Amino acid sequence: MISIEEYGKYETAWCPGCGNFGILNALKHALVACELAPHQVLLVSGIGQAAKAPHYLKVNVFNGLHGRSLPAAIGAKLANPELTVIAESGDGCMYGEGGNHFLAALRRNLNLTILAHDNRVYGLTKGQASPTSEQGFVTKAQPHGSFAAPFNPVAVAVTMGASFVARGYAGLPEHLAGLIAQAIKHRGTALVDILQPCVSFNKVNTFQWYKEHCYELGEDHDPADHAQALRLALEFGARIPLGVIYKMEKPIFEEQFAVLKNGPLVRQEVSREGLGKVMQGYV
Amino acid sequence: MPRDIHLLIGGEAGQGLVTIGQLLSKTLVRAGYEIFVSQSYHSRIRGGHNTFAIRLGEGPFSAPRESIDILVALNAETVTLHLEQLTGRALVIADAAFAPDLPGTIAVPFAELGPEPLWNTAALALLGNILGLSSEALYQAVETMLGKKHPEALAENREIMEKSREWAARHVPEHDFTLTTTAPAADRLLLNGNEAIALGALAGGLKFCAFYPMTPATSIVLELITHAETMGCVFEQAEDEIGAINMAIGAAFAGAPSMVATSGGGFALMAEGVSLAGMTETPVLIAVAQRPGPATGMPTRTEQADLEFVLHAGHGEFPRAIFAPGSIEACYHLTQKALALAERSQSPIFLLTDQFLADSSRPIAPFDLAAITPVIAGVEPDAAVTPYQRYRFTDNGLSPRLLPGMSEQLVVADSDEHDEDGHISEDHGVRIGMVEKRLRKFTLLQQEAVAPELNGEKGADLLLVCWGSSQGPVQEAVAVLREKGHSVAMLHFPQVWPLVPDQFLDLLQASGKVVCVEGNATGQFARLIRGESGFAIPARITRYDGLPFTARYILKGLENLAAVEVRP
Repeated sequence: MISIEEYGKYETAWCPGCGNFGILNALKHALVACELAPHQVLLVSGIGQAAKAPHYLKVNVFNGLHGRSLPAAIGAKLANPELTVIAESGDGCMYGEGGNHFLAALRRNLNLTILAHDNRVYGLTKGQASPTSEQGFVTKAQPHGSFAAPFNPVAVAVTMGASFVARGYAGLPEHLAGLIAQAIKHRGTALVDILQPCVSFNKVNTFQWYKEHCYELGEDHDPADHAQALRLALEFGARIPLGVIYKMEKPIFEEQFAVLKNGPLVRQEVSREGLGKVMQGYV
Repeated sequence: MPRDIHLLIGGEAGQGLVTIGQLLSKTLVRAGYEIFVSQSYHSRIRGGHNTFAIRLGEGPFSAPRESIDILVALNAETVTLHLEQLTGRALVIADAAFAPDLPGTIAVPFAELGPEPLWNTAALALLGNILGLSSEALYQAVETMLGKKHPEALAENREIMEKSREWAARHVPEHDFTLTTTAPAADRLLLNGNEAIALGALAGGLKFCAFYPMTPATSIVLELITHAETMGCVFEQAEDEIGAINMAIGAAFAGAPSMVATSGGGFALMAEGVSLAGMTETPVLIAVAQRPGPATGMPTRTEQADLEFVLHAGHGEFPRAIFAPGSIEACYHLTQKALALAERSQSPIFLLTDQFLADSSRPIAPFDLAAITPVIAGVEPDAAVTPYQRYRFTDNGLSPRLLPGMSEQLVVADSDEHDEDGHISEDHGVRIGMVEKRLRKFTLLQQEAVAPELNGEKGADLLLVCWGSSQGPVQEAVAVLREKGHSVAMLHFPQVWPLVPDQFLDLLQASGKVVCVEGNATGQFARLIRGESGFAIPARITRYDGLPFTARYILKGLENLAAVEVRP
């Protein structure tokens, strides 16, 4: 049995009241629920306030560049498929700077989890519009309101046929822990878009706002129903559904590499016989 | 036997000229001749003007030649474009429809010999006749190539080869290009620079490579991919070069010796990743095959103009090393050395080549595979030192590198400035400690620096300094000058960073006149030598038209500099 204490307790650099606390807590509970020991887990993050999360629990960590958590996570997973790999970052990092990697990761479908803290604003750089900010969202950088339409990560993921798409909310940590645990256990790339308030820079999408807009999906939703999932994914206005929106079985990317059936690459020695054959091919 | 025959096959992309070239090359190598193959092509799939050039004879050859002895023109344009390069004794093989009215022209009625898709086979048979190669040996090469995929095509190929031979026996004029028989050398390898890098990487323990296709680097990875299953490796085409280098770093962090391969523009996208490798102290091999820039430049041509870029790419200060192989063998050996050094120094290590080296091939002796020492990633945890700290301060700057998931110890790596545990730190004392720790690793890179190679005597009247792929052409120019009685030497740098002046300054100072030969417009390497050693090389020969150096180009340059009196 793994206890939550094994995942440690750290002082954070987050604002009091930040949604990140709820997400961190939910993640720890999910890891415990999945019975994963800290050394089996690799958290890969980018840059931003969300991307600091891996520093606040005891696991293996690769805190890489802004926008680049996914390629680093994919590289690590391909090198050692036995690791439980989780890419964790904010909306700016995952959907903005790393947008191309996000799309490519969904297409690949490695067995890994994407946790996107989505507070719909840039926090660490102090309050510019993010890819998921509402149109008209006023900031010092967008004084006339954001002109661009918001990115809907859940709708994009469902459209692309990503194998697991969920939306959680930092204000419902137990529900969120359940979603993250399902995402980790899911075989394939699992996206959990996590709505969260930013108490410092987002005065629109507040705790109160989310309370008024979000609702939990009930038993009547069948995540295997793609058409229904797409309708729900596009529902992002007066009401915002939370839960597993879409889920399906798809081939796992890394399982299609024959050599990875033999375990992590680090344990595979260079075959001199194989090399001899390769060299013979140039004769 | 003729010492040096230069044969050039020219035509449009899609006419099968590379097939003729490769089959002829293989046959020549197996028969024991020396060859040097260089390719020139346009950035397109069909059309354009492409050439496949083979220098053959006694050799050995280390560079292409400008003048042509045997021209195979698969289209009329080839004749026009290469007319001026023909030597006085040259033969021109061309279809009767556009054959020029020149002595030495062999106007071939290809249509009478067979259907058009087989005309390249016909040309191959004609060349075999001229060079005096055995029909059987040539046919075997065709059989090896076609046998597996298109056995049904063998009979028609055989037929046109026989017809062409018969035709040639009656129509080829007198010439002096018939090779005398040599002892077959059945075990030699025919490798180009990119293939040698791929083979070196596999021998060096490479396990992972991510890439985004970019000429002239792509064929390194295509070669690797062919051997993925045999060698137990994973290779992945990334969504872009940023993804590629971050994947390679992620894989290296998790224990797979990793590389990326790209060219200037793609490498520009990787620059932040280089810095990430420096900060997280993750080993990664970065192969940059140069082509002329700026921007898209000339995608299929050659240049040595990214030296300063590769040296300085990546923000912040961290150690790196840059190898610049000058030969096929060096591509193989230095790739292994670079992989090993990346792991030992936990740093980004570079292999800087160019289109010329990438696409040139030469026969070489097989490598001794018993001598390889593949990289082992990471170290075993030391039970005595707990808790584990990824960035523990040490005298040489190297902290033991554990791999995540391979023990119960936790590994924390960070692109932010970090403490010994790997966690973010904004403490200024920690910052100073970490900057100095990372820079201490430079000492290892200096100790491991491969010394420049002096070809000739110390204190020669003329010293030609070069780096990377210019080695072959400079070597040939030196040989020509020596034959004419000049006192001349070559100093070639197979590694361009770090430079260790103790290894070369006295050689520069002892020489009469020093000339730097490099494939760029501004003399980047000469500038680097001056910055690191204080020695200002007074003269240089540069090239930036997109073509590789030749001995003739260098000899002309020396004449222009009045560095030496030469009549090439």
